[in-house]
Amino acid sequence: MGIIKASRLVFDYIKRDEDENIQEVDRAIDHLDVDIEKGSFVAILGHNGSGKSTFAKQINGILTPTEGTVWVSDRSTAEEEAVWEIRKKAGMVFQNPDNQIIGNVVEEDVGFGPENIGVPTEEIWRRVDESLKAVGMTAYRYKSPNKLSGGQKQRVAIAGVMAMRPECIILDEPTAMLDPNGRKEVIRTIGELNRKEGITVLLITHYMEEVIWADRVIVMDDGKLVMDGAPKEIFSQVDQLKQYRLDVPQVTELAHGLRQAGVEIPKGILSRKELLQALLPVFEERFPGQITR
Amino acid sequence: MSIRAENLTYVYGQGTAMEQYALRNVNFEILDGEFVGLIGHTGSGKSTLIQHLNGLIKPTGGTVYYDGVDIHSEGYSLRELRSKVGLVFQYPEHQLFEVDVFSDVCYGPKNLGLTKEETEQRARDALRLVGLEERYWEQSPFELSGGQKRRVAIAGVLAMNPRVLILDEPTAGLDPRGRDEILDEIRELHSERNMSIILVSHSMEDMAKYAGRLMVMNQGEKVFDGSPREVFEHYRELEAIGLAAPEVTYIVHELRDHGVPIGDDITTVEEAQKAILKLLGGGNHD
Amino acid sequence: MIRDITLGQYYPVDSVLHRMDPRTKLFGTMVFIISLFLADSVVAYVIATLFLAMAIRISKVPFPFMVRGLKAMVFLLLISVSFNLFLTDGQVLVRLGFLKITREGIRLSCFMGLRLIYLIVGSSIMTLTTTPNQLTDGLEKSLGFLKAVKVPVHEISMMMSIALRFIPILVEETDKIMKAQMARGADFESGNLIQKARSMVPLLVPLFISAFRRATDLAMAMEARCYRGGEGRTKMKPLRYSRRDYAAYGVYGIYLAAMIGVKVLAVPGI
Repeated sequence: MGIIKASRLVFDYIKRDEDENIQEVDRAIDHLDVDIEKGSFVAILGHNGSGKSTFAKQINGILTPTEGTVWVSDRSTAEEEAVWEIRKKAGMVFQNPDNQIIGNVVEEDVGFGPENIGVPTEEIWRRVDESLKAVGMTAYRYKSPNKLSGGQKQRVAIAGVMAMRPECIILDEPTAMLDPNGRKEVIRTIGELNRKEGITVLLITHYMEEVIWADRVIVMDDGKLVMDGAPKEIFSQVDQLKQYRLDVPQVTELAHGLRQAGVEIPKGILSRKELLQALLPVFEERFPGQITR
Repeated sequence: MSIRAENLTYVYGQGTAMEQYALRNVNFEILDGEFVGLIGHTGSGKSTLIQHLNGLIKPTGGTVYYDGVDIHSEGYSLRELRSKVGLVFQYPEHQLFEVDVFSDVCYGPKNLGLTKEETEQRARDALRLVGLEERYWEQSPFELSGGQKRRVAIAGVLAMNPRVLILDEPTAGLDPRGRDEILDEIRELHSERNMSIILVSHSMEDMAKYAGRLMVMNQGEKVFDGSPREVFEHYRELEAIGLAAPEVTYIVHELRDHGVPIGDDITTVEEAQKAILKLLGGGNHD
Repeated sequence: MIRDITLGQYYPVDSVLHRMDPRTKLFGTMVFIISLFLADSVVAYVIATLFLAMAIRISKVPFPFMVRGLKAMVFLLLISVSFNLFLTDGQVLVRLGFLKITREGIRLSCFMGLRLIYLIVGSSIMTLTTTPNQLTDGLEKSLGFLKAVKVPVHEISMMMSIALRFIPILVEETDKIMKAQMARGADFESGNLIQKARSMVPLLVPLFISAFRRATDLAMAMEARCYRGGEGRTKMKPLRYSRRDYAAYGVYGIYLAAMIGVKVLAVPGI
């Protein structure tokens, strides 16, 4: 069993009227089965309202299942005593960078988590130093968070989670409010944490370019898991992705269009380099002697 | 109708040690019916620039002309200007405040001093323009989905009947479908209502698809101004200032570098596909 | 104008004052405030001025930055000074209708003006050199004895610290919403008081909604980082008195003694 596992998970948002009578039940997650391997980089895609954010909150124990079970390193999130243990192991980064930074100084914010779990003072300092270094924000440690860019704030938030020494990090659309530079900065940071520190990463997003390098891509729609596989497999199914209201990267879209029109290139092209490698032989055949490699 | 900026300059904290140029000698003219994309990374001055165009910020130097008249000249009504130059801020749904959708959209025209009938007529038109179904009109705006809220907020500006519509990242935070819907509606406003559009966005892909002209800002200065084609040809310079051309532009340039005789003026996937297939002889090269 | 308030703004430089224990600074501020109310002679104000000047000097906060906080208070200052100037009985120097300026009035209004200015600048020094977190830590520790009578000291100080963090964000947000409504033809300036109050609704409703949304988000983020009140919490920056703090207490002692001495011994009228 992996580090995170959901089995027959159901979650209903229940809206009640003033007399506590159930007024409306909105099924956000509908019998979801997922198993996330330790150390992997998994991306979850889905349009707004597909249930992906609700799932993220299940892992961290902010929400608990209506039916079914979620385990985080073998402990069920429904156990009340387990919840703090689980939050230590599965850290969470949210969408709005402003609304998750508590400290008035960067380093104090990073220390907030360890303070909460009763880490001794010297150890807190060590962890804060390490975490800031891991996200490349050491130079900003005495700054006020209000003076940072969106991408930097998100990196501080990530450091704050890292300082709790989690086994996995769940990021709920961490780049949705950032500009392209901030987006790149955050994605690069997450990738490094995964590779260098072996942290399991669960990245929820709807930017396709961000998940090309993931080990695994999961697509959710209407609270269900509808696609699951390596990026190559997922992105080769362009029409299906569009049906789930998702985008594909331009490279993939172009490759797909060309393939459909009969150009002989392989399926599931994700990067510019791959497309170039695939197209050049085709052009060489058409324009012999003109094409340089 | 035209908006013209002449030597537009804006300095924060003028005369202090923290003096900082948000805009520096920006010049341009936007004509009736243009669809202009405004690009620049955070802090490039684009937000400051658009707030100058409807008089929310007064320039520290230079002049903004609307229809040839200096908008800060004596006796010029800024309120009237704001009804002609509509500005939709980022995350516009954060300014909704009324008990129901319809009243919220009425707020703008009511401020203009229109009669009740006119106000309501404008609100109805605006809500229909953004494609919000009538069954939502009596609802509280806060019960709607993110995409719907945003449309209500855009309708709130459209109800002022502007000739120019400026939108600051109208698709931020929306999913791909929500984004396409909003952008398609903006395109419709442009083509059918003949509104001039100034669209601020980070997405080069969207810009290539929708805008007829691009203005690129960097460190308070306008660095490029031209058709998407012309601007994206400078992709190396764009990179140097932290921006990039659409991915497909790079693919085309790489193909050219390897000797493929493909045109270098391609900015969208459709164009690229068409061009490649044409080169390969209709796609079937056997 | 709201941007000019320096109270509650931290100025990040490294100085002796910055490194001082927040309790020492809190206590010092208190001593200074008390001393201002004791002061009623020129000599006392000279001593207070020296004390304040020394504090400003070692804080390394630029002077213009420090007095920026006064701008927002000009109105209050003018009112209290003119009240004292015109409404104090005594030896009349100038008479303007029912208003009169007296010798005592001038003296009192000068003192009052100085007292207010020093009060603001004095408390600004504390907030400029102490991060809000340290400040609340200091308060929490200083008021720790209240825990015995079931006052949730930790919670209160956490709330204060969060409030301080969000003030600049909400100020910016207010500015943005205001502009957005102005783009929809709103007018926040003209009209009588009732009209003005009514015109604030489109500003205040979105602001409140946004504040609540932020609060919900923040609460969730705090819980996700294992926050569950003060119980079992450790500190990254625990408060420990060092030599400089003891020295500061010594300075306070001397200062307070001097101020009391001047008050007791002072020749009236100077």
